[in-house]
Amino acid sequence: MTKVGRPVLGGRRLSLDWVGTLPFFVYVLLFLLLPTAIVAFGAFFDANNAFTLDNFAHLSRSYVVKATVDTIGISAVTAIVGATLGALLAYAIVTGRPNGVLRRLVVSASGVLAQFGGVTLAFAFIASIGPAGFVYLFFQSHGFDYYAGSIWLFQIPGLVLVYLYFQIPLMVLVFLPALDGIKPQWREATESLGGSTWHYWRHVAGPILFPAFLGATLLLFANAFSAYATANALINQGGPVLAQQIAGALSSEVGAVEPGFAKAIAVEMIVIVTLVTIGYSLLQRRTAKWL
Amino acid sequence: MKLGNLWRHLAVAVVAVFVVAACGSSNSSGSASCSESTAKTATSASACGGTDGLIAAAKSEGRLNIIAVPRNWANYGAIIDKFTATYGIPITSDNPDGSSQDEVNAVQSLGTTSRAPDVLDIGKAVTLANLTLYAPYKVSTWDDIPTAQKEATGLYVQDYGGYMSIGYDSAKLPAITSVDDLFKAEFKGKVALNGNPKQANAALNGVMMANLAEGGTPNDISKGIDFFHRLKQAGNFSPVQATDATVKNGTTPVVFDWDYLNATHGADVPTWKVFEANNALIGDYYNQAINKNAPHPAAARLWEEFLYSNTGQNLWLAGKARPVRLAAMVQKGTVDQTAAANLPKVTGTPVFLTDAQATAAKNYVVAHWDAAIS
Repeated sequence: MTKVGRPVLGGRRLSLDWVGTLPFFVYVLLFLLLPTAIVAFGAFFDANNAFTLDNFAHLSRSYVVKATVDTIGISAVTAIVGATLGALLAYAIVTGRPNGVLRRLVVSASGVLAQFGGVTLAFAFIASIGPAGFVYLFFQSHGFDYYAGSIWLFQIPGLVLVYLYFQIPLMVLVFLPALDGIKPQWREATESLGGSTWHYWRHVAGPILFPAFLGATLLLFANAFSAYATANALINQGGPVLAQQIAGALSSEVGAVEPGFAKAIAVEMIVIVTLVTIGYSLLQRRTAKWL
Repeated sequence: MKLGNLWRHLAVAVVAVFVVAACGSSNSSGSASCSESTAKTATSASACGGTDGLIAAAKSEGRLNIIAVPRNWANYGAIIDKFTATYGIPITSDNPDGSSQDEVNAVQSLGTTSRAPDVLDIGKAVTLANLTLYAPYKVSTWDDIPTAQKEATGLYVQDYGGYMSIGYDSAKLPAITSVDDLFKAEFKGKVALNGNPKQANAALNGVMMANLAEGGTPNDISKGIDFFHRLKQAGNFSPVQATDATVKNGTTPVVFDWDYLNATHGADVPTWKVFEANNALIGDYYNQAINKNAPHPAAARLWEEFLYSNTGQNLWLAGKARPVRLAAMVQKGTVDQTAAANLPKVTGTPVFLTDAQATAAKNYVVAHWDAAIS
């Protein structure tokens, strides 16, 4: 009733602005944080629900170590190559007419292809360039056997090739807005001050685009790191990808089910992506300071 | 929720009234229908008002949930269609390409919801590891099933099976007369398994078949792992999972798989042939079991009755799988003669793995497979 109380009632403390964000946070809680917590928690229990650290000790099994190295390798290579090629393609589009046919064509194609993955994508490659595919048969009949050494499509190089098929379009989509933010006036300013093309990229466009490029590369890394169906359709044996090792420990019908171990592998994947993200933010802070 | 239950009870009541009215004059022995709670614990059709009562209760439930059942697996497509055509009960088929373990995971995660699987079709290892999940039930043809192929209370029962075989496209490859033929240069990059032996029963038995052919014993699968290691070194092993699609387009022209699955590839590839090694004849049956929390308990039991009826068993036979009642049906003359004559011919003594042998093989494969073929 006193005057002191009134500003509180009409003031910010009772604002309901946050209500609008509620669905988002509930969603994140239910579909990201809760499952993560369940997985992380479950990794500390064995089949009889007794506390154990064995699941994490099992991560030292040779096939899991190999899958970890392979998955990081595949993800890093496809992220860097995909980011580089995707950025070049995006730049080629940006230098063209803003509403030209080329730009619209590439952007809509990228939108579709970035989402093209899984068994369908793997089979598209198997049916075209695979050992019974029409492309291979054509080249073979003309004296060029690109599987003469080994059928690399079903090995890690094949996985890299197939991943790039969705990594490059994804890079185009996420990097295009950053390139659009570059104003032609900046280049004119550089030139009017006597700067060369090299100076422009080294001191103007490069530093501005670098954080965006780095962020996009990280996204590509995570995208490849978590891919499962594509890899499984292409290389069903040997489990070169960590997600396949999780599947193996979860859905074995021959009796090799180790749910706790599967969760430990999932925790390992979360830790790796977290480390990469921390590395990214440290790097970005440095580049931002440098800017 | 409440309302849904109310409607269901009402529907059951209405159907029950009609059934009782219809059967009242002809069938006086016991109730011709059975309630949901009776159906849940019924261990035979007679405990659920006899066959007629079971059918009526199943119809009032109005649905059957099955899981991990591909239509092209041992004639399941025809069996599903025939069941629905006979009883007018639609079937919801979830995750058709899933594994036995996926079925068990679904039973556990879906609990008592209406989406939970009613019935399970599972391999031996998974069956034995999850005995608390099933409801015991004896089908009316129970006595025809050999004792060694059923659990004494009907907790699970073997249903259909076959032998491991190597299928191949005879138009592209020379005839296979022994497992060692697969090392020939013509087989480069062409030999595939149906799945990953760490996960899939069919693939694990493929490794066991190679093991027996190479002089290994059912107790020790290491020679099978060594076989695939050498096949990989020779460049002949393909890491692609053999599916209908990869067989049809020629990516996997040589496939280790159950003979009843290999035989079906002939529809896509007319020159497809199936080789069964007399010195490496490994057999296995799949089990049927009822989920004890089945949302449609009567329909689940009716499905089992159907699978083990003459019609159901002859449909397995038409799919080139060997039904568990085969011997009894041959004796009684109820077997489909044409289908029986079309079964892949085998000679030699088949090996069936004991639980201990299967466990030993699994443990060895899980530890050594990835390193052997990468």
